[in-house]
Amino acid sequence: MAPSSSWSLRVAAGIGLTFILLPLAALLLRVDWPDLGTHLAAPVVGQSLRLSAVTTSATMVLVWLLGTPLAWQLARSDHRLTAWARALVTVPLVLPPVVGGVALLMAWGRRGVLGGPLEAWFGITVPFTTVAVVMAELFVALPFYVVAVEGSMRGLDRRYDQVAATLGAGPLRTFFTVVVPMVLPGIAAGSALAWARALGEFGATITFAGSFPGRTQTAPLGVYAALEQDPQAAIALSVVMLAVSVVVLGVLRTRWLR
Amino acid sequence: MTPVHPPRSSFAPALDAHLVVDRGDFVLDVELQTPLGVTALLGPNGSGKTTALTALAGLTPLTRGHVDRGPARWSGDGVHLAPERRGVGLVLAEPMLFPHLTLLDNVAFGPRSRGMPRAAARDRAREELARVGLEQLARRRPGEVSSGQAQRAALARALATDPELLLLDEPLSALDPDTRTRTRADLARRLRDYPGVTVLTSHDPLDALTLADQLVFLEAGRVTQTGTPADVVARPRTAYVASLVGLNLLSGTLVRERCVTSVAGTTDVTHRSRTSVDEGWTVRLAGSSLVLAEPPAGAGPGEQVWATVNPEAVALFTARPTTSARNLWQLRVDSVTVTGQRARVHLGGGVDLVAEVTLGAVAALGITRGQQLWAAVKATEIHTYPA
Repeated sequence: MAPSSSWSLRVAAGIGLTFILLPLAALLLRVDWPDLGTHLAAPVVGQSLRLSAVTTSATMVLVWLLGTPLAWQLARSDHRLTAWARALVTVPLVLPPVVGGVALLMAWGRRGVLGGPLEAWFGITVPFTTVAVVMAELFVALPFYVVAVEGSMRGLDRRYDQVAATLGAGPLRTFFTVVVPMVLPGIAAGSALAWARALGEFGATITFAGSFPGRTQTAPLGVYAALEQDPQAAIALSVVMLAVSVVVLGVLRTRWLR
Repeated sequence: MTPVHPPRSSFAPALDAHLVVDRGDFVLDVELQTPLGVTALLGPNGSGKTTALTALAGLTPLTRGHVDRGPARWSGDGVHLAPERRGVGLVLAEPMLFPHLTLLDNVAFGPRSRGMPRAAARDRAREELARVGLEQLARRRPGEVSSGQAQRAALARALATDPELLLLDEPLSALDPDTRTRTRADLARRLRDYPGVTVLTSHDPLDALTLADQLVFLEAGRVTQTGTPADVVARPRTAYVASLVGLNLLSGTLVRERCVTSVAGTTDVTHRSRTSVDEGWTVRLAGSSLVLAEPPAGAGPGEQVWATVNPEAVALFTARPTTSARNLWQLRVDSVTVTGQRARVHLGGGVDLVAEVTLGAVAALGITRGQQLWAAVKATEIHTYPA
């Protein structure tokens, strides 16, 4: 027995572990395994999973395109406002997602700060569209990616940038040929976290994009919607998401989170 | 985007720089005029050597001053060429090879960044690796080679862009002693073939003496002495330089005065008949004086001079010795340091002197800290030159 372990500590630890495992086990117990195939064939399952695949993929492309340069700027800028920017970027990490959804509505809604002119001048409506789903996912997922990648980038010795510069590489070339390859593990870990967060996104999406099957009803919204009409479909969908989460975690563990 | 390279010729004007970097608590103010060849910047930690190099590279902006490499202005008068637009090569104490690239691609990185096609850049890289004896390891990653090999690859990478100015920041300091010796020889050989200007920093006098044509000493952000290695070794002008080349350095006023001289090499001037009184030269130090065999060239009475004493020329005695040495002091032992078979005895009280003696002598004299010893130096062992 480890010297730091006493029976009271072990009991508390056991209760904690059980609390996490029990619902997962219950979910697996309630699955109608023999008919799982037919339940997965329910329209809500395929439709919402497809939409989740499409929107999280689009989200990840945007996360890479915007998040990687943002992380680099935060990692290397010595400006006094950088500390503020760094703090603000992490706000969505702790913000209740519903509040994020409301904030997105205030910005992009039909009477929103940006949404109003967009509607008036170009006739473009953002809320309650698939685009809005992607925006909600981006809003909650981007900070996870930026925080992870910025950490790796800040750990990168500045002398690598300096040597690259003296070799004739401008800032852009240094970024693509030195910085990004050297922080790939951080990018992979950040991507996995961001993608998992985007996949699970519920509160901001339902507030900003609603729950329209085939258009804005992603897998988590599909589970919630199906729970009353077709509980077995909801359970089947949940099991698929559980499996995906376990796979992502497994890949992370073996490769980057030792 | 391509940097402007002045044509290389044997008449190419070399480096002319005045580097002023004001960091508030530290001000670097250094003028450097160097010919083609190798210039070493030496100085204690914090003296500004690395700041001077990064300023030359354009990595540290100048508060004032200029950097001209030949006819090309890199910094000054509102000009600030970005590092990637200057023709500089930079080698640091750690190789800083890009870990995700093979040695070949590390060396090809510079030519590629300057627009050379991939195949040509790799050919060039192969050539540079061969010149530092690494052609066999071209396919290896930096993690798969030794520290000395990595540092040679870093040198090849810096030279693959044909830099106008090669900057080496303590290039050997991170290597273990054996590797350092071998890499120093490789570096010296490679630098002989390099036609541009090299500025290297070091705090190891051996690097400077074996690699450099010109030495520039920095202390607290200022130049304190410049000269060829031979000149600096013979005539240090600061305590730091003197300690680096292992000499005692004393400063004082040259005076011409009457002194008692024993003629026949006798030892006790008061009881022998064959003594004479004549004019002699001494250096008046703070609280003591040095008797010289001859006056320094280029200095007259009343002028400030430097005097050096080789620590090996300082003889130590426990009791007042009978000696022909004209300089004799009773001094206090401040500390004793040992290197190999030799010991350096730091003496104070009257004159600050270091005596170098054998370990046997330390044992025989029973030298301990705080002890009073007699130190004797022959007048002929004192070398003086104008301050």
